[in-house]
Amino acid sequence: MKDDITREDRVDALGGMGCKRKRVEDARFTQGKGNYVDDIKLPGMLFGDFVRSPYAHARITSINKEAALAIDGVVAVLTAEDLAPLGLHWMPTLAGDKQMVLADGKVLFQGQEVAFIVAKDRYVAADAVEMLDVQYEELPVITDPYEALQSDVVLREDLDTNVPGAHGPRKHHNHIFTWEVGDEPATNQVMDDAEVVAEESMYYHRTHPCPLETCGSVASMDKINGKLTLWGTFQAPHVVRTVASMLSGIEEHNIRVVSPDIGGGFGNKVGVYPGYICSIVASIVTGKPVKWVEDRMENLMSTAFARDYWMKGKISATKDGKITGLHCHVTADHGAFDACADPTKFPAGFMNICTGSYDIPVAYLGVDGVYTNKAPGGVSYRCSFRVTEAVYFIERMIEVLAIKLNMDSAELRRINFIRKDQFPYKAALGWEYDSGDYHTAWDKALKAVDYDGLRAEQAQRVEDFKAGKTRKLMGVGLSFFTEIVGAGPVKNCDILGMGMFDSCEIRIHPTGSAIARLGTISQGQGHATTFAQILATEIGLPADSITIEEGDTDTAPYGLGTYGSRSTPVAGAATALAGRKIRAKAQMIAAYLLEVHDSDVEFDVDRFTVKGAPEKFKTMKEIAYAAYNQAIPGLEPGLEAVSYYDPPNMTYPFGAYVCVMDVDVDTGVTDIRRFYALDDCGTRINPMIIDGQIHGGLTEALAVALGQEIAYDKQGNVKTGTLMDFFLPTAWEVPNYETDFTVTPSPHHPIGAKGVGESPHVGGVPCFSNAVNDAFRAFGLTHTNMPHDHWRIWKTANALGLHD
Amino acid sequence: MSNKMHIKLTVNGEAHEFLAEPRELLIHTLRERLDITGPHIGCETTHCGACTVTMNGKSVKSCTVFVAQANGADLTTIEGIGDPDNLHALQTSFKEHHGLQCGFCTPGMITRAAKFLEENPNPTEEDVRFGMAGNLCRCTGYQNIVKAILATADELNAAKEAAE
Repeated sequence: MKDDITREDRVDALGGMGCKRKRVEDARFTQGKGNYVDDIKLPGMLFGDFVRSPYAHARITSINKEAALAIDGVVAVLTAEDLAPLGLHWMPTLAGDKQMVLADGKVLFQGQEVAFIVAKDRYVAADAVEMLDVQYEELPVITDPYEALQSDVVLREDLDTNVPGAHGPRKHHNHIFTWEVGDEPATNQVMDDAEVVAEESMYYHRTHPCPLETCGSVASMDKINGKLTLWGTFQAPHVVRTVASMLSGIEEHNIRVVSPDIGGGFGNKVGVYPGYICSIVASIVTGKPVKWVEDRMENLMSTAFARDYWMKGKISATKDGKITGLHCHVTADHGAFDACADPTKFPAGFMNICTGSYDIPVAYLGVDGVYTNKAPGGVSYRCSFRVTEAVYFIERMIEVLAIKLNMDSAELRRINFIRKDQFPYKAALGWEYDSGDYHTAWDKALKAVDYDGLRAEQAQRVEDFKAGKTRKLMGVGLSFFTEIVGAGPVKNCDILGMGMFDSCEIRIHPTGSAIARLGTISQGQGHATTFAQILATEIGLPADSITIEEGDTDTAPYGLGTYGSRSTPVAGAATALAGRKIRAKAQMIAAYLLEVHDSDVEFDVDRFTVKGAPEKFKTMKEIAYAAYNQAIPGLEPGLEAVSYYDPPNMTYPFGAYVCVMDVDVDTGVTDIRRFYALDDCGTRINPMIIDGQIHGGLTEALAVALGQEIAYDKQGNVKTGTLMDFFLPTAWEVPNYETDFTVTPSPHHPIGAKGVGESPHVGGVPCFSNAVNDAFRAFGLTHTNMPHDHWRIWKTANALGLHD
Repeated sequence: MSNKMHIKLTVNGEAHEFLAEPRELLIHTLRERLDITGPHIGCETTHCGACTVTMNGKSVKSCTVFVAQANGADLTTIEGIGDPDNLHALQTSFKEHHGLQCGFCTPGMITRAAKFLEENPNPTEEDVRFGMAGNLCRCTGYQNIVKAILATADELNAAKEAAE
């Protein structure tokens, strides 16, 4: 080591935490060498395709396979009857309900899987789909959850209303559960006594995560060795292996589940779908590998919708604006089966974070889950479990209250924020927020956008509009959000009984490079880049010398996967702690090599030095070599570590967003002039990747707020089944975002990181929606539902008399 | 279905000749017949652009082109844009500016961007946003994609100037 290499040089050489390290994943993706599930091609592989129901509710009177089987190249046609002997015609959902794998006597939503065709290629399979003769007898369709709770029509004939469901008693044959949190009598009392109460009903429409890659799987049953390999679009491959084992009876060590590269997930790829099960069964039946990949229409119609919450809110305050209580009731449309991907004890996810960033002393939340003739799902679309719904609810209620109080909503937020000195803060609905400094973030945001200037400009615009000088109104959308991510403590968070810890296993190679394997799986978040950065800082080897591997259950340690922004809070913590175990052993080796006591050496960037004599040191590279090649008394050879991390609490990232929007009252067209996003995700691992996550999350928020929806007609037909009707913004519709940050580390996380991938979506949706609503505030609008597409905005303007 | 056609086409400079049903979609020809898996399938309705290739000098979405229509065509996919020893400036720039996340849209995005920069070597940001509007990305919000393309335009122009 030359003397002219400074400590800073050594830090830089590591590419550790805090630097804008370029992504190691990009080489293969930019050259078309990614390996996604549809890229997998095995010898003799067959292709599976579904026959789906054209009806939203119907009885199946007959299925005649003859014409389909007569097509050259068709190998098998599977129906519920074929799966029943294996007990696989139904499967458990993540929410404690059960779901038909293939229609068992009746269909309950349009696009439901009725039969699985297995053929030599996808064209033959598609031909056979057309030829399968299925006869239906139509039944009355219910697409409205309020109507479902009144109707005599029984959707789920397989359930007994008198038998409690997974989340307690059922009040009606179309009712799934009631979930209550908080103190309702006390909340009602506060409302009765309040100086001011604001009320609003809002519908958070049904939408869909719609990753660019649809869902799919390839199953290959090796009958000779009794081993099943399943490649697929899985955000939680280890859970899939356990579930596959429980369902099939194949022992878990004989199942290998692999998530290859995943083309975006956003919650769509958390659940277990009939396609996965059918590809497995088809491979067992035919003895050949079977691929199933859904098309876009199937994806939008059948796999994992998000939201669909009918929310009724009441918020009380003093006349000066100090909030005294919050009451929220949700009627949750879960579709035909309750297939929400929430931790078991939370049937409405973490909706009870709906008191938001505010110090609200008393609150109540009640949620009723309801069956309808719509697709199952209820996943967390780029958010922790139902947190987008919760934050949208409270951030709209704040605006509604500000209107009632005739107050500025930025000021209303400020006087109600949880103060810095109140953390850790125990919220009225049970959560303990780990850390925060909301006032600092809010002040920084408002200053950055010149908030007072914006309001003055807006007031002038209203005058100009009234004077006939312009037809465009101006909206200033505000939102301040607190996320709850990183599920979770095993004591209260599990999925199907599996505790939500995560893991990291590190193996250092003799020449000073390493491989680390984790229980998570990247779907674009850049884990191979950022987890190597965490390790580089923790173990003093360059990030470029550390391979990160995830997604293969035969090699990776067990973990619960990637969703709910849990990778950094949970697996990131496991990574840091496993790294510290490596360091602890390295310290003993270094001390031996330097001929001093263990406690006389200290870690310094990439080496251990003798305390007080920094010129005497051993680099981590030297230590790695010694670990394998030198007999050290009392120490086993090798340098490996594993950590399974059960977080003591969730983490609570937060942020302050401002959107400046022009709204054309004659066309309904919106123009986002400015979007400022301040995020506090605690310790920042890679600022480049954080910014990328924020740009993406905000764009998905823009989509949801301004047009994206899964809409049904009265017959239960999906009206938005292709990308012609389902809004995905293009580069043309999306603004440039300004990003900013504060840093409030999590006190309980080993490196203080909180997670960030979903924050921009959670905070972004209400910000865009508030901007639209705010544009019309001067004309008497209190609330209008999303999605704010041009037609709906035009209708709002029209109803307010702005076209007269 | 045995009315197979005799198809000839060139992909990334390599000639291919085979019999195929006319209804076969070009994206399946590339991915399943020729094992060129860079172009992806995202929507099958010409909206998302993950399957974008260059056909006879124009960007096309290969998920809605029949192989019969591509008979005799000269095609370039992401695999023909650059190679590990000789990357296209866009491939470097997308990495440099973090213009990709999950990578699923990236092959189509870069293939389209390469053609776009040939069509318009001096684009404004607005030109890029309009010219790339046929390619959807769910991860990046486009900001860094636009940045990467604009930076590439500058880089290519500077190189051209230096060569002159």
